[in-house]
Amino acid sequence: MITRRRALALGGVGAAGLAGAGAALISRGGSEAVTDAVAFTGPHQAGIVTPAQDRLHFVAFDVVTKDRERLVRTLREWTAAAARMTAGLDAGEIGAVDGMPEAPPDDTGEAIGLPASALTLTVGFGPTLFRDATGKDRFGIAGKLPAALEPLPRFTGDTLDEAISGGDIAIQACANDPQVAVHAIRNLARIGMGTVSVRWSQLGFGRTSSTATGQATPRNLFGFKDGTRNLKAEQEDLLREHLWVPDGDGPDWMTGGSYLVTRKIRMLIETWDRSSLAEQEAIVGRHKGTGAPLGAAGEFDEPDLTAVGADGTDLIPATAHVRLAHPDTNNGARMLRRGYNFVDGSDGLGRLDAGLFFIAFQRDPRTGFVPVQRSLAASDEMNEYVRHVSSGLFACPPGVTGGGWWGDRLFA
Amino acid sequence: MRPTNLLALLTLGSLAACSSGGSGAEQAAGGPIAVKATDTGCEVARTQVDAGTSVFAITNGGQKVTEFYVYAPGDRVMAEVENIAPGLSRNLHVELPAGTYETACKPGMTGKGIRGQLTVSGSAAPLTDDAALLAATDSYSRYVKSQTAALEEKTAEFVAAVKAGDVAKSKALFPVARTYWERIEPVAEIFGDLDPRTDGREEVTEEGLKFGGFHKIEQDLWQTGDISKSGPIADQLMADVKEVVTKANAEKLSPLQLANGAKALLDEVASGKITGEEDRYSHTDLWDFNANIDGSKAAIASLRPVLEERDPALVKTLDTEFANVDATLGKHRAGDGWKLHTDLSQADLKELTDAINALAEPISRVAAVVAKKA
Repeated sequence: MITRRRALALGGVGAAGLAGAGAALISRGGSEAVTDAVAFTGPHQAGIVTPAQDRLHFVAFDVVTKDRERLVRTLREWTAAAARMTAGLDAGEIGAVDGMPEAPPDDTGEAIGLPASALTLTVGFGPTLFRDATGKDRFGIAGKLPAALEPLPRFTGDTLDEAISGGDIAIQACANDPQVAVHAIRNLARIGMGTVSVRWSQLGFGRTSSTATGQATPRNLFGFKDGTRNLKAEQEDLLREHLWVPDGDGPDWMTGGSYLVTRKIRMLIETWDRSSLAEQEAIVGRHKGTGAPLGAAGEFDEPDLTAVGADGTDLIPATAHVRLAHPDTNNGARMLRRGYNFVDGSDGLGRLDAGLFFIAFQRDPRTGFVPVQRSLAASDEMNEYVRHVSSGLFACPPGVTGGGWWGDRLFA
Repeated sequence: MRPTNLLALLTLGSLAACSSGGSGAEQAAGGPIAVKATDTGCEVARTQVDAGTSVFAITNGGQKVTEFYVYAPGDRVMAEVENIAPGLSRNLHVELPAGTYETACKPGMTGKGIRGQLTVSGSAAPLTDDAALLAATDSYSRYVKSQTAALEEKTAEFVAAVKAGDVAKSKALFPVARTYWERIEPVAEIFGDLDPRTDGREEVTEEGLKFGGFHKIEQDLWQTGDISKSGPIADQLMADVKEVVTKANAEKLSPLQLANGAKALLDEVASGKITGEEDRYSHTDLWDFNANIDGSKAAIASLRPVLEERDPALVKTLDTEFANVDATLGKHRAGDGWKLHTDLSQADLKELTDAINALAEPISRVAAVVAKKA
């Protein structure tokens, strides 16, 4: 286990040396201890098929500079800091306590002594980075706007708050220690001051999806297992088909990348809690205890969408979440979900301000999230208990390799 | 680029820069330089002078109160004279090493002023590093003295208006008097209780002490409109301000204090002004905001020769970010003053916050640059 203080003794990691440091300190794979480092570099960004960590700090930035060079400089500085922090090192080369006493430290210090904690930092670019509201090319990259980054349609029942939606650049920090995730976002936001401004951010606890077969399926705040049928790291054929952007699928800079959709879904906890077990299970289409589809015995049994009960009606109701979200209902649409529960305290009425911060990665939202959400928005019985309050769409480029940096191919 | 000889001698002990009135003109090479200031013009009789002491004789022929400045590059104030009422003349003595400068009249005492070029020829030996730091503190001392003089004058007017029961005039003078206070507040903070006594807000009044100073009178003016009992508080304010002025003028600040003061002023903006906490009754926070920026700029300007020598890239960044703050804040001007805090939208406040963050991060690095042994 490498702690920040020990790792410092091994020598600093600059932007130029990040690939080497990654190789020296880290091994990739599904069996890391919760404290280990996850490789920052690679063909795909970490934080997508990486076994879902327990904690999230997600941030969306507005770019406030008009200067392309300044934006590029920040992306480079971010990359260097991200490489260091994911390796369990301080954000800056000097460190939290080793600088001049008169200078503010180049790392904020709250992660001193904490291990890397499987921290991953995943960057994505929103449609508004390419063109402003008037259609103007902001940074000379409008020609590289992928068609798949077309703004999401309005879905029936959307109650989106613009102030916590969208954004020009998103960074997802996932870690097994909440302090490590918060530390990462805080330091990146600080580095970006003057170039970017935090538009909104979200803390999440308790992963609601498993992204590797070795992980048990966790539960969301409705008390149900969530993400049973998720795409998993080991399903390479399915990942190629549904998750990663293949060559020729839009602009080159996205080859090997993936599209990220976020939705903050407030759950109306108190009314849900008073609904009967039978109603809850009918709404979800699964048994609450085992997670098995209604009419089946095991969690991973395939839901039988044609099964009919003794009363002659569908065993899994036509309005059940599992049916409406099922690939068979949506032209085979699949996504890799890695959402998190959130509780933002209580609202002014004494109700838990809580729900699911939904995160999904996919090859193309137009054939992934959009048809599934259309289907859910139209008929899902669960809509009575949820409100979509924030929405985000971001193009996550492939991983950083060699001396590369976040967005290098986009800004090339 | 700034020529090296500009690092040269800023007048050590040139208190003359702040003195005004009468004699001494005959000592200056070529006699006094007439400056005709109006509301729209700033006519400087000569734009080429020799190195050494120059005297500017400023006559305000306009309708607005004006100021006159001599700036070195980066708006470092070499000398200034404030509060020249319409019809009045004032003399300004300033010792200038060779280099390129700007003169400025500021009718209405706001904005960048009406600028003109001033070329000073001659030569001087470059300063040693320590001498450059000494020059920085001297330069800032001149600034403090000019501000304390105006602070005392404007506070006296404010106090007189309050004691006369003139609510409208008191309200108009409140943000003006505070401007001089807010520009140099980090200096005032050195003197223990004086800062909270003068400028403390109600909730920070310590147990056993009475809420007084600027903000108590602000509360009386705006909340109740009754200043019939504010006289003793106004008298105490005047006494406290006089004490601050005396102490501030005697204080010798270190270069590190200048650097930290420049940052502290931005912290003031970020934590007190953007939130509307400072002037919660009058909502004149943007006046204070602008004054804090002025003060921060003055401290950095004094350090500029040192910073340019040691970290020219940082100076460039600071110039850019100060300009950005000025432009962002400038959107909220109202006449010669500022919009009320309550007239700003959340988006306006966010934009101002972003601009302050972008400036405060690089300013926080100045202290280490100053402290570094060359």
